[in-house]
Formats: sequence, structure tokens, C-alpha cells
Amino acid sequence: MKELITSLANRYGVRDWKDLKAGQAACFVDSGRLRDCLRWLRDEAGYAHLSFATAIDQLERGVFTLTYALRNHERGHSLLVHSEIDRTRPVVDSIHRLWAQAWTYQREMKEWYGIDFPGSPRVDEEFVLEGWQGPPMMRRDFDSLAYSDATYAERPGRASSDPAEHMKRELYPEEQA
Amino acid sequence: MSRAKAPYIAPAERAAPDLDSGKYLVMWQGPNHPGITGNMSLRLVIEGDSVVDCETHVGYLHRGFEKLMERRLWMQNFPLVCRIAVPEPDFNEYCYAAALEELAGIEVPDKAVWLRTLSLEMIRLASFLMWIGGQAGAFGHGTIAQWSVTMRDYVLDLFEELTGGRIYHMYIIPGGVRGDVPAGFLRRVLETMDTVRKNLDDIELVMFHNVVYKMRAQGLGYIPPDWVDQYGITGPNARAAGLPRDLRKDLGYLAYPRLSFEPIVGTVSDAFERSRLRLLEMYQSIDLIRQIVDMLPARGAFRAKLPNPLHWKIPAGETYVAAECTRGEYGFYVVSDGGDKPRRVAVRGPSYTHGVALMERLARGVNIADVAGLMVSLHTYPPEIER
Amino acid sequence: MSDKHSIPGPLANEGLPLAERGLFCDAPPRQYQRANKITEAFWNWARAQSLWILGFGTGCGAIELRPLMTSRFDMYRYGIQPRPTPRQSSVFVIGGYASVKTLKRIVRSYEQMMGPKFVVALGSCTINGGMYWDSYNTIKRIDQYIPVDVYIAGCMPRPEALLAGFQELKRIIRAGRGEGQNEYARKFEWYKANQKQVIKDWNMPDYNW
Repeated sequence: MKELITSLANRYGVRDWKDLKAGQAACFVDSGRLRDCLRWLRDEAGYAHLSFATAIDQLERGVFTLTYALRNHERGHSLLVHSEIDRTRPVVDSIHRLWAQAWTYQREMKEWYGIDFPGSPRVDEEFVLEGWQGPPMMRRDFDSLAYSDATYAERPGRASSDPAEHMKRELYPEEQA
Repeated sequence: MSRAKAPYIAPAERAAPDLDSGKYLVMWQGPNHPGITGNMSLRLVIEGDSVVDCETHVGYLHRGFEKLMERRLWMQNFPLVCRIAVPEPDFNEYCYAAALEELAGIEVPDKAVWLRTLSLEMIRLASFLMWIGGQAGAFGHGTIAQWSVTMRDYVLDLFEELTGGRIYHMYIIPGGVRGDVPAGFLRRVLETMDTVRKNLDDIELVMFHNVVYKMRAQGLGYIPPDWVDQYGITGPNARAAGLPRDLRKDLGYLAYPRLSFEPIVGTVSDAFERSRLRLLEMYQSIDLIRQIVDMLPARGAFRAKLPNPLHWKIPAGETYVAAECTRGEYGFYVVSDGGDKPRRVAVRGPSYTHGVALMERLARGVNIADVAGLMVSLHTYPPEIER
Repeated sequence: MSDKHSIPGPLANEGLPLAERGLFCDAPPRQYQRANKITEAFWNWARAQSLWILGFGTGCGAIELRPLMTSRFDMYRYGIQPRPTPRQSSVFVIGGYASVKTLKRIVRSYEQMMGPKFVVALGSCTINGGMYWDSYNTIKRIDQYIPVDVYIAGCMPRPEALLAGFQELKRIIRAGRGEGQNEYARKFEWYKANQKQVIKDWNMPDYNW
């Protein structure tokens, strides 16, 4: 494992290696070197299985964190490779040639977060939504409840209370004070 | 020559048929189609009766779970997660609960570990029983579904007794499980297992020795071993290709290291081999359930003490928890920023790779009558693709 | 075809390209013309005895239709069976939450069904949004978009509850109170307006029968 960390750091400037638990670690790489790093991990380090790829919206810092989860089946080790991109100009290299299912994840990220992957197949098509006109809905500044209230008719008579308030009142009355 | 002797490998590149030439027909299979699993659709380009190009369209079941989870407290998400994959909700519950326990550092009592394993194995059996009915039905074999769905119902009856719900159990909660086993429950589990096992023997005899089923399923949807990593294939689809990848063994979560079992591995991953493998896994599940019933501790706490869920803040961190569900690697990636709500919860469903990228490739060159059977043989389940 | 196109109905399939408009019907649906009382009573009795479900699992409620179809609960003994196409079916079972993308197909399938037709909606999420009350992609009440005859509450409703719901539907039909189809014809413009408010990219015919 030590060798892997040093060669990743030397080759691709991978930093912030962190062991999350037995058999799982996380590390960070610059978005420009992400694709090369993933290719090296796949071909040379045995991390041949892509579990998933996803994004996290860090609204406060103005970045998207990308996460690619790889697994080395021989060694029984998973690696979460993180990378950060600017929230206002979200473009990353596509990895659809490295893994044949990666384009689906990229299509999802494009639709849900607005992150672009130039060259990825069908990346500009709609994925799960149809006729969506709002902003990418997984961004944290998109309010699902407000959209739902404005768009979909509600049945009269439904009282909605804030669940936290309701639980406080009904289940934990002693905490009222 | 029979397909079984020389498996057909679907071409890697998508064909670009000239749709105006009059040679091709564009046909939609689904969402309103009895041969489709769940609610998704395939856009097929057909020449004669074979598929030239297949394009998947998903999203008919998109409910926005991952967004909704960011709006709810940690504990409020617990009734929500099981609804992501309907035939086997318990894997969602386990992955979510285990991720929270890892992040918050909660120790789960030993009895809860065993009860969780029991519930996961029972739902695995139930889900496979439902699947085998669909697989046989897709090849025009309606009897199997009449038997196996009823057997599944007997397993669901056990769930009803244990958890109170037939479909959504909401049993595995962070910190343990929601309740102990009722009196006499374990005896009824063993009785039901005997019934199911006897029925599986019948299914094996009627389905796997049926020449029509053999001829139609052998050689259909062949997955070469080198596709497994390329496409991210997991579960029985990968094991049928000869790779002994079973997360129950590899990760050793819950009580699985203390149970005796070996991953079941096939030789040639085509529709027939995959279904045979899943039948063997059903026998294996029954065996595992019997082992669990034997070893289940009689006493002990089944739930750890949790903080007040209203103020439950989970320390900042991230983790990816995976489990071997019936279709392959099922995982929850949970990120906490130290608040009372998740920062991000991403669900990794095996259908995501099997049902979209792999399906599009395997469908090329297949007869249209076999598309439904091919799709079922990958055991895809649309709700976990679109969440 | 072209002369059909020259008499536009009130909505005239505006979502379609001009070339395709003539392919579809261009008149709004009509209400059902009742026969005399005795014949109608006989017909209603007959209709109630053979309910054919459209085999379109629109949501997770579809999973409880499987046990219902097979030997344990066996809905065939009540004269209920699934059919593969809307043209042959008389009952549409909305199996739970409807996302906007599915709603489009629900509306189209519903309109393609032959009358008399009835709708059974399963689950809390069709009634008031249920679990997904704050989701951006699921509608909160299905009866804004198509008329519903029977609701079955629960998440999810058990097969026994489904059977009870179908018995209720039979009672409604026998009493001649299955008014959903007429309601759709009567308030057609209202339903269409509601549908178009939610389905932002309206690119399908307004008249599907």
C-alpha cells in the first residue's frame, strides 16, 4: 500500500490519502490529471472495477467534488478518488473509454448537476427527466419543496407539519423547555 | 449450428442504420409492455426479426431519493431508503444503517448482526423466487411463476411476522434491528424453508430440463469474462463468467465470516447458466438461513442506544458501504458534513450497469422474441437505476 | 386524412408537427350514451364480471399485482386478468407514485383504452403524494390528471386490500356509478390544462382514441 501511495503521489500528484476503514481509502487528485490517474490505477495498480462515479455539491466553497469509487478485487481494497472542479465552469475529462458503463454515470451527473463531459456518448440527452426546465436539480440551491408546491396540485385537507417539530411535540415532550 | 456451442459476441460499436432506407423498423419495447422488467423502455431498431440497435430509456420511476434524503434528518431517511429497490428493500436498509454506524461509531449488538443476516438472506431468497418466475415467463413458461411467486409469498409471511410489513420492512435501523424474533418464529422459518426447498426441486425438474427453455436460453446474452471489469459487472452475472466475486466473502460483513459457504461459480455466462446459478444460490440461501437459525443467540440486546434523533448530528466524514444483493454489488455512499442531515447519499445499484450499458450491447443481434428473456436474465430492476 | 385536418377541434393536437396532426383524431371524447334501463343494468352486470387490467406497472405497486395474478390470491377467479394492450383493457391500475415522465404515458394509455373504462389508484402517493410529497418529479394527486374510480390506501396496499378495492369497483360498476369516463369527457379541457401544466414538453396528440 505504501508503494501505491508514493507512486500515485509522484506520478499524478495524488495527496490527502486517508484510510477510511479496513479495505477502503480515499485520496485527492487534481481534475486535470484525473483521467490519467484513473487509467493508471485501472491498468497498473489493479483497480479494475469502477463501482460508481458521483458528484457532491459544495455550495459554500463553490466547487463540485467528484468521487470515483474503484475496487481492486485481488487485494480486496476500495479506493475513493476525489477531485474538485469549479462550480461555475464544471467541465471534466470523460472516462467513457476507460469503462464501458461510465457514460451512464456521466450522463447522470450532466443532468443532475450540470457537469459537462465533452465527448461522452449521449451526454446531452435527457436521462431520467423529461421536459425539465428548471436548473439541475441535485444542486443544493435548488429547493425541491418549493418547486413541488409551485408545480403540483395538492389535495385540500392535508396538513403538513414540520416532522422535527412534530416529533418534538409528540415523542419528546420533556424537551419542550 | 446451435448457439450453445458457439456463443455469439455482440459487436462493440453501435451500428448506424439508415432509418430512411425502409429496411429497418423502429420499435419501442416498454414502458407499457408486459415483457419489460419494471417500468423502463428500450428503443429497438429491427431488421427482419433481429435487433440491430438498442437504446435504453430510463427515468419513468425517478422520485429524486437522493435529493429528498438531503432534506431529511438522518433518522427520517430510514423509512425512505427501503423504497429505492422494491423487491429487496432490506439491502438498502442495511447499507444505510451500516454507513451511519460507521460514521457515528455505533457498535451493533451481536444478536442484531445475526438478525440482520437472517433478514438479508430471507429477502435474497424471496427476490430470487420472484425473478425465476419472470425468467420462465419471458420464455413462455407460466407455470413456474405460479409456483415460485407463491413460495415467495410464504417467505413474505415470515417477514410479516418478524417486521409487520410484507414488502417494505423497515426492520434494519441504525444501531440494530427494530424487534426481536417472535415466539416460535424460528421453527416456522425452518418449516417454510423445507416447503420452498421441495418446490425448488420441482422447478429444477420442470424448468431446467425443459428442452424449449434450454434451446432458447443457451447462448443468449453471452458475457465473456473480460467484460466483467470493463462493464463493472457484479453478482451472479459475473460469477457465471467464472469469477468468484462475492462480496459476502470478500468484504466479510455481518455474520457471513462465521457461516460456511462458498461462492457459486459458473463457466459460460449465458442466460441459461445465469439462471442455473441463481437456482443454486437459492439452495445456498436456504442452507445459510438454516445455519443462521442454528447459531442465532437466544438472548441479548437487539438494538444499541441511539442519541435523540432530533439532535442527532453525525461527525463529518464519508464512507462507502457495499453489500452483495441478489443482482450484485449494492452500495450506499454517504457523506456527512457534521450536520443533522446528510450532505450527499449516492446509491450504487447493480442494475445501473447491467440494465443500461451492458443491455444495450448484449441486445445487438438478438431476436426480438428473446429481448425480454435477455433483460430478465441480467436481473435488472429499474427503480434502482433512476432512484 | 387531410380533410380531417381541415376541421380542427378546440385543441387540434397543437403539440405535434403539422405533418403528423392528421394522423390522430381531432375531436374531443364524447360521453357514453346510455341504453334503456334494463339493457344497461344487464350490461353493467356483465362489465363488472370481466375486468381486464392494463398490464402497465407504473410504480412500485405493480409488485403486489404479481402475487395477485398467481395461485395464492388468484384474481382470475373474480374475472380479473391482465391484458397487454390498452385497447383490450377496461381497468387501469395506477401502481403508486407517478413521475412526470410516466404521467405522460399514463395519460396516453388511458385515452387509448376503450370505454367503458375505470381507474384504480393504489397507494398513498397517488392520493396525496405520500412519501414523495416534496419531490420535484412526482405528482401529488392523480385525479387532477385522469379521473379515478377507486382509491386503495396504503404503502403499499396488501393483495387483500387490492381484492377489496376491485370488489368495490365491481359494486360501483353494477350500480352504474362508474362515471370516470364521462367525467373525463365533461371536464376534458380542465384535465388537459392540468396535464399541460405539469408536462412541460407537450409533444403528443391531445386526442388519442
